[in-house]
Amino acid sequence: MSRTYAELPGLMTTMTGDEKHGPSATSTLDVLWVLYDQVLRVSPDRLDDPARDRFLLSKGHGPAAYYAVLAAKGFIPESWLTGFGSAGSRLGYHPDRNLIPGVEIGSGSLGHGLPIGVGLAHGLLARGLVEPRVFVLVGDAELDEGSNNEAIVYAGAVGLPNLVVVAVDNRSSSYGWGPGGIEAHFAVSGWSVTRVSGRDHASLAAAFGSPGAGAGAGSGSGPRLVVAEVEVKS
Amino acid sequence: MNDMRTAFASVASSLLDEDPLAAVVLAEISADLFAKAAARHPDRVLNVGIREQLMVSVGGGLALAGLRPIVHTYAPFLVERAFEQVKLDLGHQEARAVLVSVGASYDAARGGRTHQAPEDVALLDTVPGFAVQVPGHPDEVPGLLRGAVGVLSSGSTYLRLSTESNRSALPLWPGLQVVRPGRQAVVVAVGPMLSPVLDAVGDLDVTVAYTTTVRPFDGEGLRALASARSEPAVVLVEPYLAGTSAYAASAALAGRSAFRLLSLGVGRTELRRYGTPDYHAALHGLDATGIRRSVTDFLDLA
Repeated sequence: MSRTYAELPGLMTTMTGDEKHGPSATSTLDVLWVLYDQVLRVSPDRLDDPARDRFLLSKGHGPAAYYAVLAAKGFIPESWLTGFGSAGSRLGYHPDRNLIPGVEIGSGSLGHGLPIGVGLAHGLLARGLVEPRVFVLVGDAELDEGSNNEAIVYAGAVGLPNLVVVAVDNRSSSYGWGPGGIEAHFAVSGWSVTRVSGRDHASLAAAFGSPGAGAGAGSGSGPRLVVAEVEVKS
Repeated sequence: MNDMRTAFASVASSLLDEDPLAAVVLAEISADLFAKAAARHPDRVLNVGIREQLMVSVGGGLALAGLRPIVHTYAPFLVERAFEQVKLDLGHQEARAVLVSVGASYDAARGGRTHQAPEDVALLDTVPGFAVQVPGHPDEVPGLLRGAVGVLSSGSTYLRLSTESNRSALPLWPGLQVVRPGRQAVVVAVGPMLSPVLDAVGDLDVTVAYTTTVRPFDGEGLRALASARSEPAVVLVEPYLAGTSAYAASAALAGRSAFRLLSLGVGRTELRRYGTPDYHAALHGLDATGIRRSVTDFLDLA
């Protein structure tokens, strides 16, 4: 059973009991939906397919939208959403890849997803898998963590065309990224960068590029950053 | 004689040739030893620059892609600097890798505290699922590395190399192996501690057992060796922080109504001394003289 975008708030309410889940209640909802609905070549029947795309939720905080999308797309039963975070639940306040089908990494501590994604992107290419892409969702404040900087400079230098970082920017970093924004810091390291509305599905889909682009024809020569701008965190 | 690091680079390079899923991740250290392998396998020999967090995370990512990563640098930078990456990006993800360190406790005696990691095994031991191998001779390195890569489907391994070495290699054995029998105590020598232990206890009536494998600890083997006495006396001699394996030895002997345990190893006081590894071994009581003094004092108390 596949749910629609309009049904996601209801699924999130199942988890949290909070009735107020409009799309703006969670910064990542639209990015996640567009990825799983239009971009990622993943599905519940190919969880272990080596050629699947990989989505890494690096910003593991507030995963209700992630779980809602996973349920909407059939990776997990909707019945799992009830009791979110309880002793018997597989769904915690930070996700665990060993408990949830389709979840590629456990996350929570910030600054781990992108460096792991660099290794995954390398590993897929080393296995001759040039079509699948690695998407890493980070938050703008998560980029405070220095481990990201190690990955940004390195990935730009070696050029990993199958790596896409989605930075959901709600300007929650205390010190920000200066006049050039997050993208200036990636661009100087050789990434191709673009900024779109994190609520505009068509723009997001266009920014993510063609499914299966991977490292093959039609991909760029290096990694790509998509800054998805959403409402400023209040 | 070959040293452990050269032996490691040689066999790791062979593994890269033999196994299309083997990979090596470096952070500049030893990159020169892998230059030829990198030229042959540029997609599987990755030098990430001086970025140890990234090095460990890349190892995790490679494992998640189905590769068999070997991750290598100096012990303090591999285990301590990047510890959360070891804990989460390998341990928590269940992404398996072989971590290979050089430097040990005080190989870099002249380098000072920043390049010394006597705490590495104790710290790594807090991450579930890691085997720990401590070779005592360069000739033991190839078999241990191949074994560690061979068991990656069931778990990760930390392989701790050192410039300290025993006079000769022993055949590989997964647990304690008796080097010489005796009656008064069981002295367990880990890795390069075997030669100093043998020099220390030459005329004492003690069993000397050798092991390279400290995790999983061979508790069954220790119980068997200790079974001859009603109140067993056990001495652990480890080339890293004193007491690192004390809990494992205690657990192995917990069924005995009484036992005595002496844990020798590197002390916790920061020495702020340079000099040679031999000098540091003496300062920590880990040369033959120091070990002998500790063991005889321990036996005299019996």
